[in-house]
Amino acid sequence: MAIVFERPKALLDVPTHYCPGCTHGVIHRLVAEVIDELGIIDRTAGVAPVGCSVLAYDYFACDMYEAAHGRAPAVATGIKRAVPDSIVFTYQGDGDLAAIGTAEIVHAAARGEKITTIFVNNAIYGMTGGQMAPTTLPGQVTETSPYGRDINTQGHPIRVSEMISTLDGAVYVERVSVDSVPNIIKAKKAIKKAFELQMQGKGFTMVEVLSICPTNWGLSPNESIKWLRDNMMPFYPLGVKKDITAGEVK
Amino acid sequence: MANKVLMKGNEAIGEAAIHAGCQCFFGYPITPQTEVAAYMARRMPKIGRVFLQAESEVAAINMVYGAAGAGVRVMTSSSSPGISLKAEGISYIAGAELPCVIINIVRGGPGLGGIQPAQSDYFQATKGGGHGDYRLVVYAPASIQELVDTVQEAFDVADQYRVPVMVMGDGMLGQMMEPVEFKDRNTTRNLPEKTWAANGLRGRQKHNVINSLFLKPEELEQHNRRLQAKYAEIEKNEVKYEEYNLDKEVDLTVVAYGTTSRIVKNAIKMLEKEGINIGLIRPITLWPFPSKAIEDAAEKSKYGFISVEMSEGQMVEDVKLAVNGKKPVYFYGRSGGMVPTPAEVANKIREIVGGAK
Repeated sequence: MAIVFERPKALLDVPTHYCPGCTHGVIHRLVAEVIDELGIIDRTAGVAPVGCSVLAYDYFACDMYEAAHGRAPAVATGIKRAVPDSIVFTYQGDGDLAAIGTAEIVHAAARGEKITTIFVNNAIYGMTGGQMAPTTLPGQVTETSPYGRDINTQGHPIRVSEMISTLDGAVYVERVSVDSVPNIIKAKKAIKKAFELQMQGKGFTMVEVLSICPTNWGLSPNESIKWLRDNMMPFYPLGVKKDITAGEVK
Repeated sequence: MANKVLMKGNEAIGEAAIHAGCQCFFGYPITPQTEVAAYMARRMPKIGRVFLQAESEVAAINMVYGAAGAGVRVMTSSSSPGISLKAEGISYIAGAELPCVIINIVRGGPGLGGIQPAQSDYFQATKGGGHGDYRLVVYAPASIQELVDTVQEAFDVADQYRVPVMVMGDGMLGQMMEPVEFKDRNTTRNLPEKTWAANGLRGRQKHNVINSLFLKPEELEQHNRRLQAKYAEIEKNEVKYEEYNLDKEVDLTVVAYGTTSRIVKNAIKMLEKEGINIGLIRPITLWPFPSKAIEDAAEKSKYGFISVEMSEGQMVEDVKLAVNGKKPVYFYGRSGGMVPTPAEVANKIREIVGGAK
C-alpha cells in the first residue's frame, strides 16, 4: 500500500507540550514539510524563542538553538554570518518578536539578513499565562488588560508585517492564517517561498501566522477559530505585504 | 629587534584576534574601545572574515552566541556600560557552554560614569554580571604586548573549556601606544573538536542543540555542578600572576593589576631608595584569582598587604580572603577616571610602613 501521509522527517517523533487546540503543532509541521521538500535539513539551523515554543528544539530534527527572549534574529544573524551556506530560521511569538525583541527583528530585516522568520501571532502572551501582548487587540481582555486593552493608556497594537515590509532589506513578507485547510495550504506556500528566497540569497523573509490560544483566550478551539476570523483577521488582514519577486516572470 | 610595530592597544586587540583565527567580530561603538571595531571593520572583510556592527550591545553578544554555536572563533568588544548590556547574553553563553572572547576596556562608573580609565568592573567581571552560577575567565594584561598575547591565549582557553573568556583592560591600555610583535603561535593546548556545533546536520544523524534551558530542577542542578567542576579545573590550571621584588622578605606586598601595577612598580623604585622594601603580586588572571600566591607571601610581608586599584576597593575583598587574617590588608584606590600617581601610592605605603614601624 502506498504511503500518502506521514510525519515529516524534519520533525522528531516525540509528543509536544502544546495545549489542546493550539495551532503551534500545525505551524511546526508546515515548517518541517518545507524543510523536507526543499531537502535542506543538512544545512538548516532553527532558532527557538522564549515563550510557548521555547521547546521547539525538542521537536525539530534539524540543528537548533534556544535564544534569549527576543534575541532570535541576532542569534540567527550570528549563525548565518558564520556559516553563509546554512539555512537559518527563527520561530518567534508576538511577545518575543514584537515587544522585547522589536529592535532585533527590525534591524535583522533592515540589514536584509538572509534568514527566514516564522512569526506566530496569537494576540496574547501564552507561556506566562495570558498577559497583554503588543498584538493584543483594542478592547481585548487579558490578565494585564482586565478591562480590555485601552488604547489611551496601553497604546495601539503593532501590525508587524506592515511595519517590516517598509524596510528595504525585507524581500518577502506575508501574513497567513492556520484557521482553515485552504488557509493552511496558503500558509505552507508562503513559508516555502520564504525559505526559497533565503536560499537564493535575496534577503530577509518573514511569514506572520495568525494563530489561536484557546487556553488563554478562555475559548474552545472551535470558538477560538471563530474569534480569530471575527476579530484578528479584520485587524490583521491576510496577504502578501511585500514581495520583491512579484513582477518576475515565473 | 624582531618585527615590532608601534600600535594602539585597541587596534592591537583586533590584530591579535585576527592572528588567533577569529572569524567573526560583532560590536557596537562605545568609548574608549571603539577603535577595536573600527580596526576590525577595516581588516576583516579584506581577509574574507566577518565584521558586523550590531544595533546594540544586546544584539552583538547574541550574534556572538549564534556564531559561537555554529563553531567559529568569535569576539566582541565593549566598555563598561556596554558590558552591562551584554551581561544577559554572557550568562546564556556561559549556560550553553559556548567559547568566545569578550573584550572590556573599562571606563569609570556607575551608570554612564565617564570615559576615563578605571578598574571598577572588577566585581562585574569576576563575581558574575549576569544571572546564575557561572564564571568568566578574566585576564587583565598590563602592557600592549601582553594584551596581544593574552587575546590569542584567550581564544584557546575558551575553546579548551567551552567558556566565555574576558580580556579586561582599562581605558589607558586601550588608548596608549607601545611597540608590539605578532607571532603566529601554535598552541600547546589539546583543543577538542567542536562536535557539538550546530550549523546543519552535515551528515550527522542526531541534531545538535545549543541551549541553556533545563526545566527539571534535578537536571539544572546537575548542569550547574558540571559547570562548577569545569571551573574547578580552570582554577587548578589557569591561574596566572607576576611576582615582582618578592624574592626576599619585604615590608609590604602590593597587589595590583593592569595599568595600576605599572604605576606601583614606579612607586616601589622610589621607596627602594629610602630603604623601604616592597613586593608586588600582579594578578594576570582576575578569575581564577592567585589566592595561593598571595597567601604564600603573607609570611614574608612584614606589615601585610595593600590592594591598589582604580576602583573603590573591589579587589581588596579577594585579597583579604586570600590572606585569611594572617596579616593586615590595606587599600588605596582612585576612581572616576583618576589614575593614581607613583607618589600617591608611595605616600600611602610610607604611611602604613612608617606607622607600623
